[in-house]
Amino acid sequence: MQLQTQTRTVIEASDLSFSYEKQKVLEEINFSVKEKEFLAIIGPNGGGKSTLLKLILGINPLKNGSIQIFGKPHTKQTQHIGYVPQNTNINTTFPISVLEVVMMGQNSLKHRVFGYKKEEKQQAYEALDKVNMRAFSSKSISDLSGGQRQRVFIARALFSNPKILLLDEPTSSIDTQGSEQVYRTLKKLNEDITIVVVSHDISVVLQYATRAFYVNKNLIDHQLDKVRSKFDGTSEHICEVEMLEMLGDCRC
Amino acid sequence: MLDTLSYTFMQNALISVVLVSIITGIIGSLVVVNKMVFLSGGIAHSAYGGIGLAIYFGLPMLLSTSLFCVLITLIIAVTSFKQREHLDILIGITWAAGMSLGIILVDLSPGYQSDLMSYLFGSLLAVTSDDITYMLVLLAAIITIVFTFYRDILAVSYDTEYATLRGVKTKFFYTVILLLSSLTIVISIKVVGLILVIALLTIPIYIAGFFSKSLFSMMINATLLSIFFSLIGLTLSYNFDLSSGPSIIMTSSMFALFAFLFKQIRKR
Repeated sequence: MQLQTQTRTVIEASDLSFSYEKQKVLEEINFSVKEKEFLAIIGPNGGGKSTLLKLILGINPLKNGSIQIFGKPHTKQTQHIGYVPQNTNINTTFPISVLEVVMMGQNSLKHRVFGYKKEEKQQAYEALDKVNMRAFSSKSISDLSGGQRQRVFIARALFSNPKILLLDEPTSSIDTQGSEQVYRTLKKLNEDITIVVVSHDISVVLQYATRAFYVNKNLIDHQLDKVRSKFDGTSEHICEVEMLEMLGDCRC
Repeated sequence: MLDTLSYTFMQNALISVVLVSIITGIIGSLVVVNKMVFLSGGIAHSAYGGIGLAIYFGLPMLLSTSLFCVLITLIIAVTSFKQREHLDILIGITWAAGMSLGIILVDLSPGYQSDLMSYLFGSLLAVTSDDITYMLVLLAAIITIVFTFYRDILAVSYDTEYATLRGVKTKFFYTVILLLSSLTIVISIKVVGLILVIALLTIPIYIAGFFSKSLFSMMINATLLSIFFSLIGLTLSYNFDLSSGPSIIMTSSMFALFAFLFKQIRKR
C-alpha cells in the first residue's frame, strides 16, 4: 500500500503544444511526474521552461494536449498546487509584514474584510515553521534578504497545504548562501510533497533534484543518478553553458 | 488666526482639509503601491476637460467633472488590460487633450470671466457646504469599499499574478482602485487644485513609507501627515497672504526633503 502511494502519478501531460501567436514554444510534449519526486526543469532562455510551468498552473490557456493533476483536468485541481513566482516580479519596498504575505496563500479569499482571524494566523505560523521563518513573522518583507524573502514566498505557497509545489526560478537574484538555504528547505519539504523547479542554476539544482527535464521546445527526460555519474569529476571544470549543451545533446 | 475660525469659510476650509487628507491618505497609498502616479497625473489633467464642459454647457461642476473623469478612467483601464504597451502614450494624450479641451471650451463660453487659476491651484477658502457633503459621501464610499475588500485590494496591489491564481478578480479591483483615485482627484481639485493634486496623493505617502510596516498603517500615517502639512500650509497662507494650495504643497515638499536627507544620513 505504501509503495502504491509513493509511485502515484501527480502530473500527467499528453501531446502538449503551445505557441505565442505564430511562434511555437512547446511541441508535442509528453511526461508524467510521480509523487514526491524533485523535478528540475532546465533549458536555455526562451526554451519554454516557464511556459510549461504556467500551462500546468493554468495561467497560460491550454490549446493543444491535456494536463491532468491526480487524474483530473488541471484547472479543477488548483487547490493541490502551491506556486512560488519569480522573485523579480515583486515590489520589495511594499509595506507589508511577513505574516500578511503568507496569509495571501489561501485558495480563495473567503474572509475579505480588514483584519485576520486567529486560525488563519495559526495556519500562517505553521507554514512559516516549515521554512524556519516564524521568528520573522512580524518583520516587514522589505527588511529581509533575498533568500529569506524567497522562503516566505514558499511559506505562502504552503499555506493551503498543497501536494505539489511549483517554483519559477526561485534563486534568481539571490546570493549563493541564500540559494543553498532555499534548496535545503525544498529538499526537506520534498519528504512530504512533490517539487517542480524551473531553474537556470543548473549546477545547484542538479545536486538536489531526483529527475530533470531539459526543455527546448521539446522535452528530454534525464534520470539524475546517471547524469551525476556522467558529470562526476568534471562538473567543477565545465561551465553551466557547456553542461546545458551536454544535457540537451544526450539522453541519460 | 484663531479669530478667523468664527468665519464659516475658514471652518469649511479646515473641515475640507481634514476630509481631503483622509481621502488622499487612503487612496494615495493605493496609487503609490500600485505605481499609478503617472496614470493619476493623466486623469488629474484630463479633468480639466470636465471643468470646460461644465462651464460651456452650464452643468454642475462636480458632477460633470466626476463623470468625465470616470469615462477617461474606464478607457485607460481597458487599454491597460488589452494594450499595455500603448498605455503611456494614451495617458500622455488624455493628459494634454483633456487640458486643451477644457481651455478651448472656456474660451468659447460667452462672457465667462472665471479665474481658471483657481482650478489649477485650488481655492480652499471658497469651499462650500455642498462640496463638504460631496466629500463626506466619497469618503464613506471609499472607507466602505476599501475596508470591505481590503484583502482583495492588498493581494492585487502586492502580487497581481498570484492574486489571479488565488481566484481574486484582479481586473475588477484594479479598475475599482483607478475609479476611486479618479473621484479623489475630482474633489481634491477644489482644495489644492489640478496641478498640485498629485503632490497630495504622493508626498505624505512617500514620507509615511519610511516608517509604515503595513498598507493600513501607511494609510493612517499618510492621513496624519497630510493633516499636519495642510494645517501648517494654511497657517502660512493666512499669515503671509499666500495661496493656500501651493503653501500646503511646499510645506509637504520641504518635509519630504528633510525625510529624504534624514534617511540618507541614517544609512551612513
